[in-house]
Amino acid sequence: MALQSLDIAARSATTTPSPSARQGFEVAKLIDISKCIGCKACQVACMEWNDLRDEVGINHGVYDNPMDLTDQSWTVMRFSEVEPNGHLEWLIRKDGCMHCADPGCLKACPAPGAIVKYGNGIVDFNQEHCIGCGYCITGCPFNIPRIAQKDGKAYKCTLCSDRVAVGLEPACVKTCPTGAITYGAKDDMVQHAAIRVRDLNERGFAQAGLYDPPGVGGTHVMYVLQHADQPGLYANLPQDPQIDPLVSVWKGITKPLAIAAFAAVSLAGLFHYITKGPNEVSKETEKEVE
Amino acid sequence: MTNHWVDIKNTDLVLIMGGNAAEAHPCGFKWVTEAKAHRKARLIVVDPRFTRSAAVADYYAPIRAGSDIAFLGGLINYLLSNDKIHHQYVRDYTDMSYLVKDEFTFTDGIFSGYDPDKRKYDKATWGYQMGEDGYVKTDPSLQDPRCVYQLLKAHYARYTPELVERICGTPQDAFLKVAGMIAETAAPDRTMTVMYALGWTQHSQGSQMIRTGAMVQLLLGNIGVAGGGMNALRGHSNIQGLTDLGLLSNLLPGYMTLPGEAEKDFQAYLTKRSPKPLRPGQLSYWQNYPKFFVSTMKAWYGDAATPENNWCYDWLPKLDKTHDILQVFEDMNNGKMNGYFCQGFNPLASAPCKIKLSGALAKLKYLVVIDPLATETSEFWQNHGEFNDVDPTQIQTEVFRLPSSCFAEEDGSLVNSTRWLQWHWKGAEPPGEALNDQEIIAGIFLKLKAMYKKDGGAFPDPVLNLTWKHKQPTHPAPEELAKEFSGRALKDVTDPKDPAKVLVKAGEQLNGFAELRDDGSTACGCWIFAGAWSEKGNLMARRDNADPYGIGQNLNWSYAWPANRRVLYNRASCDADGAPFDPSRKLVGWDAAAGKWTGSDIPDFKADSAPADGMGPFIMNPEGVARFFARDMMAEGPFPEHYEPMESPLANNPMHPDNPLARANPAARVFKGDWESFGSPAEFPYVATTYRLTEHFHTWSKHVRLNAIVQPEQFVEIGEELAAAKGITAGDHVRVRSKRGFIVAVAVVTKRLKTLTIDGRSVHTVGIPIHWGFKGVARNGYITNTLTPFVGDANTQTPEFKAFLVDIEKLPTRLQAKA
Amino acid sequence: MQVTRRTFLKVCATGVGTSSLTLLGFAPDTALAEMRSFKLARATETRNTCPYCSVGCGILMYGLGAGAKNVQGRIFHIEGDPDHPVNRGTLCPKGAGLLDFIHSDTRLTQPEYRAPGSREWQPIAWDDAFTRIAALMKADRDANFEAVNQDGSTVNRWNSTGFLAASASSNETGYLTHKVVRSLGMLAFDNQARV
Repeated sequence: MALQSLDIAARSATTTPSPSARQGFEVAKLIDISKCIGCKACQVACMEWNDLRDEVGINHGVYDNPMDLTDQSWTVMRFSEVEPNGHLEWLIRKDGCMHCADPGCLKACPAPGAIVKYGNGIVDFNQEHCIGCGYCITGCPFNIPRIAQKDGKAYKCTLCSDRVAVGLEPACVKTCPTGAITYGAKDDMVQHAAIRVRDLNERGFAQAGLYDPPGVGGTHVMYVLQHADQPGLYANLPQDPQIDPLVSVWKGITKPLAIAAFAAVSLAGLFHYITKGPNEVSKETEKEVE
Repeated sequence: MTNHWVDIKNTDLVLIMGGNAAEAHPCGFKWVTEAKAHRKARLIVVDPRFTRSAAVADYYAPIRAGSDIAFLGGLINYLLSNDKIHHQYVRDYTDMSYLVKDEFTFTDGIFSGYDPDKRKYDKATWGYQMGEDGYVKTDPSLQDPRCVYQLLKAHYARYTPELVERICGTPQDAFLKVAGMIAETAAPDRTMTVMYALGWTQHSQGSQMIRTGAMVQLLLGNIGVAGGGMNALRGHSNIQGLTDLGLLSNLLPGYMTLPGEAEKDFQAYLTKRSPKPLRPGQLSYWQNYPKFFVSTMKAWYGDAATPENNWCYDWLPKLDKTHDILQVFEDMNNGKMNGYFCQGFNPLASAPCKIKLSGALAKLKYLVVIDPLATETSEFWQNHGEFNDVDPTQIQTEVFRLPSSCFAEEDGSLVNSTRWLQWHWKGAEPPGEALNDQEIIAGIFLKLKAMYKKDGGAFPDPVLNLTWKHKQPTHPAPEELAKEFSGRALKDVTDPKDPAKVLVKAGEQLNGFAELRDDGSTACGCWIFAGAWSEKGNLMARRDNADPYGIGQNLNWSYAWPANRRVLYNRASCDADGAPFDPSRKLVGWDAAAGKWTGSDIPDFKADSAPADGMGPFIMNPEGVARFFARDMMAEGPFPEHYEPMESPLANNPMHPDNPLARANPAARVFKGDWESFGSPAEFPYVATTYRLTEHFHTWSKHVRLNAIVQPEQFVEIGEELAAAKGITAGDHVRVRSKRGFIVAVAVVTKRLKTLTIDGRSVHTVGIPIHWGFKGVARNGYITNTLTPFVGDANTQTPEFKAFLVDIEKLPTRLQAKA
Repeated sequence: MQVTRRTFLKVCATGVGTSSLTLLGFAPDTALAEMRSFKLARATETRNTCPYCSVGCGILMYGLGAGAKNVQGRIFHIEGDPDHPVNRGTLCPKGAGLLDFIHSDTRLTQPEYRAPGSREWQPIAWDDAFTRIAALMKADRDANFEAVNQDGSTVNRWNSTGFLAASASSNETGYLTHKVVRSLGMLAFDNQARV
């Protein structure tokens, strides 16, 4: 394992233990939706920093664009016009990887080292090792990773691990004009959120609160919501996200049953991977498991 | 802006009206969220659309596009009738006690002196009663029926909440909620900032909308205080600087004005612009006009400018009329123009009524476009299908397209909206053969100069004598030009109080405009920028962001005009005795021990004038105080009055239903033939308003892939009711027509555009972003200004882009926009 | 918890992958999870101002190379200047996308000329363009310059050629432009303050 500024806390499909002697702190990105104007600076800064350029698409009759996450758009703004208390609110949510403490993508990933969780909480994909099977998508309770057409590998927000590793903030955080996105130690972000929630309470949002869902062990991207009791208002943010329970229980109940399927699935997958390349693998494997 | 971006954090209440700061100025808008987070400030948005600013507002009130004066007039009435005004401020710092001429009248929407044939006012009656002492008569008791207070009160008494609802479509309860919140800031320790932009300027009565907003702020005592002010959010990165430098038809640098053709006499020209105080003890700083003027002429013409030739006064062109962009295209369209230069400006997309512009450009002999990007204007002659359907063979204009550098490839300074001159540095070479703008101007000018020198021609003197002291004449350096506009001493400049004391030695850079002289001993290209590059060096390049007082005054960051002052009129933040109204937000105050004004800002005042001297805080005005009554300074009247937009959904002005002269702005200029280009509500029933999106900047950023990705294709916005009525669903293609043409775009159907009830009938609004065209990397689209009317504000001639009439229809199938 | 056939198989596959590939000899190799290297480490940083709106945000431009003679500098990244009192490092979507403005496909790179009636641009040398433009200006100015008006007043104006000045050019460009335009006697002079 290379020495690097971010220690690895967990890596996909690996049984050897990760180094854990060094004790850093967890980081988090806090997205305060009550401050978000939906300007998409974060979308642009993300593409610019990460050397991505999505397609120039079309307008779909809404402000959202691109309409969904892609291998080139690791974050998108989702605009919702809602009237929860009888008057109009334009809720705009920056969607992207939540960097779960208990990452379903990592648990689901069969490729050793393709997904890692760093000691600071960042969940990162290493495309060198990605076999393009798409299980990370299945494992993700937030439907975040996307497979690139070009190379058949999965991509998503890295929380700018390259910037964070040298002590900088993620690109979206730095650019955010209104300070709707803040970044720091997770403890500090939780405290900051409490101040924001009090401010929103005072402005009439009695149900304001922090979104840090326990079902995935908490996240390293959190939201301040005006209506924390109704996360669904925010473009269907899950009320209580959980890793697909089957992914979680794999090592317990289903493992013995699965051994029988081992040769058929894994070897077939490997065979196709070796002979036809990653795109084929993901399609074939997907077909077989169906 | 009277105040500045960071200062917004000091406010208690933000009113965004006539603008959409979150959308158009997101990084400045952060100081609104800071004020909300740290001062519990509230944000009110009043807009025809529920905008991105409204998305984070505490209160949103809808308003019909073009009806802002009715709303603001209603606020004035509310504040006066509920006695929610800052009494000390209004008494001491405004013209409320001034007596107005008896002949000044206002009858059914028209002020005295109107000539309906010329659509102009004779403003002789729009003035003060003058006493025998040469000063304005006043009535400090405010009881005289001719005092400004009584006239103002009577004028706005008509603007009741009922009337506001009828004209603006703002429900009364919403209006009263807003009025109540605003009224709280009349307290000396409460303040409000007003943030506006082209949502107020781009109307046929735009200047008066802004004035009405300023009048509200004066009543509340919110001008000159930290967290207050009238904050015009300028549109472009250096439009403040280019206006400061006088790049407008009738201006000279530093808001000096060119002479009219009747102004033959130089001294009379100066005297008219150097007004004597209208009240005892007032400064009337424009009395220094001769110093500014002579110094500019010395900067431009050097030794050729002498007292004998009135410093080359006659070398300046004399105005026959204002040649604003609308006038110029009118003249072009009438075959009166032969040549035209567009330097970083894309008028085919940015000026109103594309069909007229396109036809006008085709009548030119030559067009020179200087730009980093391939603009629509530069290809007005080329056929771009449905988006620009012209026949090149029929267009005889010679066109030159000269590639210029962009910001990243040059040194220089820009003036932001808060009057900061900020220096920037070159990071790379321009692409290919592109040159910077100074080299291009030099290239053309030096050829022309050589031709005049060799062959002579019409009045070559100013061309041959224009100051051109550059080490490399074909490459005028930004540093050389900055020093020239900042100014230097040509001879030793001495202290007027002590002629033996030399303030600046001959040849040295000046420290500020106080050192300018009218005897030819100083040269300064732009007096308000004086001192930006002094003997201390380039102050525009300063980067010390220290904020020692903690209220966001970064005095050592860049250089602010005038005199590095950050908040204009800051003397008005103190009471008559010189103590701050709100000590927690002190900008300046009178320090009796030191005998001068001190504080966190540069005092906007005569630094050693004690409060007892009675000098007013508005030192640029000959009154010394702020004016509610604008005298003869506005085209359509001393008090703002609501008039309908030139194209209105109403047949008449509800304020003056029986007077057709008072329907729309009676002083707005309409060219012959353009009346026929205005549509009627019968044919075009919907109110249209145009605007920017945060993802884009005019027609530039559609050349930028990253911005094209996040907002790729032209669209228009309509409310759900109109969509239902027209059978339109989100994503459909629609055709939007005005009397002047049509565009095709995708429909965005939204809850954010509500149907308003105006004068008893339903009025729908169609929102139209401005960013598309037929060049760039975004999807090609129609130029939005195909639709807009060729009429402007009566004072500034800013086109009425914000309120006009259209019709909309669904197209049978979704057309795939041609890439 | 309902286990369908599809999810069961999926979980099996996942479980097999995560636990069993290692057993089959796919042991971790070296440098398995290095994050991207920080790309600005040795880039040249230049301070500039965003050219779009009037907030005047400070920006940092990162350029290729350190100024060595044989390197053609190229800006490859732009982000906000955290020292700037107004934007404090932030940039809106326009400022954040400035890199693609500098390198836009539709940047102009050479002077071009379009002849009367032509459908095409053609390249022109700078000197030829300057000469031709100056000649057109001089011909128009000499023909239409108005030294005195009908009343006999000196007016010294040239109204048949006009100039639209930029909105984002520097003060230095603006000042030079104003001087030149007025010295020629032009009144048809405007900028983008109105629109």
